[in-house]
Amino acid sequence: MDEVNQHKEGAEQPSAKTDEVMVKIEHLRKCFGSKEVLKDINLTLHKGENLIVLGRSGQGKSVTIQCIVGLLTPDKGSVKVFGQEVAELSNDELKELRTRVGFLFQSGALYDSMTVKENLEFALTRVLKIKDQQELDQRVKEVLEGIGLPEAIDKMPSDLSGGMRKRVGLARTLIVKPEIMLYDEPTTGLDPITSREISELILKMQKKYKTSSIIITHDMECARITGDRVLIMNDGEYIAQGTFEELQHSEDEFVKSFFLDTL
Amino acid sequence: MAEQIMNSGWRRWMESVGDQTVFLTSFFRNVFSGGFEWSEFVRQSYEIGYKSLTLVSITSFIMGLVLILQLRPTLVDFGAASMLPQTLAVSIIREMGPIITAIICAGKIASSIGAELGSMKVTEQIDAMEVSGANPVQYLVVTRILATTLMIPLLTMIGDVISLFGGYFALNFTDDVSFTLYFTKCFASLDFTDYLPALVKTVFFGFAIGFVGCYKGFNSNKGTESVGLAANSAVVTASLWVFFIDMLAVQITNLLFY
Repeated sequence: MDEVNQHKEGAEQPSAKTDEVMVKIEHLRKCFGSKEVLKDINLTLHKGENLIVLGRSGQGKSVTIQCIVGLLTPDKGSVKVFGQEVAELSNDELKELRTRVGFLFQSGALYDSMTVKENLEFALTRVLKIKDQQELDQRVKEVLEGIGLPEAIDKMPSDLSGGMRKRVGLARTLIVKPEIMLYDEPTTGLDPITSREISELILKMQKKYKTSSIIITHDMECARITGDRVLIMNDGEYIAQGTFEELQHSEDEFVKSFFLDTL
Repeated sequence: MAEQIMNSGWRRWMESVGDQTVFLTSFFRNVFSGGFEWSEFVRQSYEIGYKSLTLVSITSFIMGLVLILQLRPTLVDFGAASMLPQTLAVSIIREMGPIITAIICAGKIASSIGAELGSMKVTEQIDAMEVSGANPVQYLVVTRILATTLMIPLLTMIGDVISLFGGYFALNFTDDVSFTLYFTKCFASLDFTDYLPALVKTVFFGFAIGFVGCYKGFNSNKGTESVGLAANSAVVTASLWVFFIDMLAVQITNLLFY
């Protein structure tokens, strides 16, 4: 309960790197049929911050970030990104907003009929309208070197391992240089070594591209490595927030259950 | 209880009609909004047209061959064996060629588009395209529907010619008819009112096949089972639309030309 109060009071003073607010969610509610997935979500992401969202499966963590990019429309409440109310944006404004927000899907969601290079160029040519092949090649080369996979340039997604697909997915998102990154379980389904590599890559890329991130994960090692602040979600609401170390030593039984293997 | 089932059935049907109208509007808006994906359109035309050519050719050849073998005994009984090329040409060009090609393509192409887009939906590729700021309707839907609209008439024309060759082959099992005489008789029996309505209806067949495949795939649920359902539903619905359009086309043709 202390953590809930800490969340409510501390919502405006998180352990962020700057005070500029990138994403602000207030009283978000979302239902699917009769199932209320999100009850009353409040969240603030500050510039340069890595915010971790922890919670059991099916608690609506992914739904929250899908509301941020307008893939889902909230039933109630407000979702503001860069100060703009997402639900009130026109199609063109939403498209513009999406160029500033990167989204890494759980599966990587690579376009499987295209090579890695074509995947990376897709948004550059269609959204940023870059037609100069030299610039495209330069950007692709730079981002692939950043993720350590320059040799994968002409491979098809089906030829890549799970970890490589996640890396290329990350590269495809970062290549348009978004200001906010949303990660949906970036290390799920990977072995511990690859998971750690992906977590370190997220941190490295965050420093390089100076992004602010919301990272949804079950992986405590990923949360420890990448997170500035951790939110814990249960039953459609956030019940605790703090740094990884603070929550690690929480007295709350539910919060403690997440950190059992890390002590 | 029965009333509830009826109500929910009607409601689902009305919702589906509404969704399809929105999808159709979105298609036309994107066709004219600029930023056409030429390279994807060419790729889809190759996938849909060229890769269906063998199947359409084989079925068309067999159809022409079988039609001659079936027609011959009856026409011989009436002493009208010399009418075989004309009868075959009229039935192939007006009806059998377009409908058989469209049904074959509904099976091959609508299911393939439904399954491909359905699987892209399940694996979040369509969502990924959308959140990147790109336009998935422009890239995935417009190109596929326009490719089927262009390719089905072309496949039908090729199929028609191959059917006539199949008929020539079958006729020479029993009779000795020269190539020149056979094709002269075939084309002498045909005029503008045979070619044009047949060609126009294949454009609508192509549109229906592409539209149904894209709609079913694009609106499938997020589960692996829904990929199969999307493919299956695309074939059934596209085939029904082909017959429905054919029925309308015959009525309109009769009103206009006969």
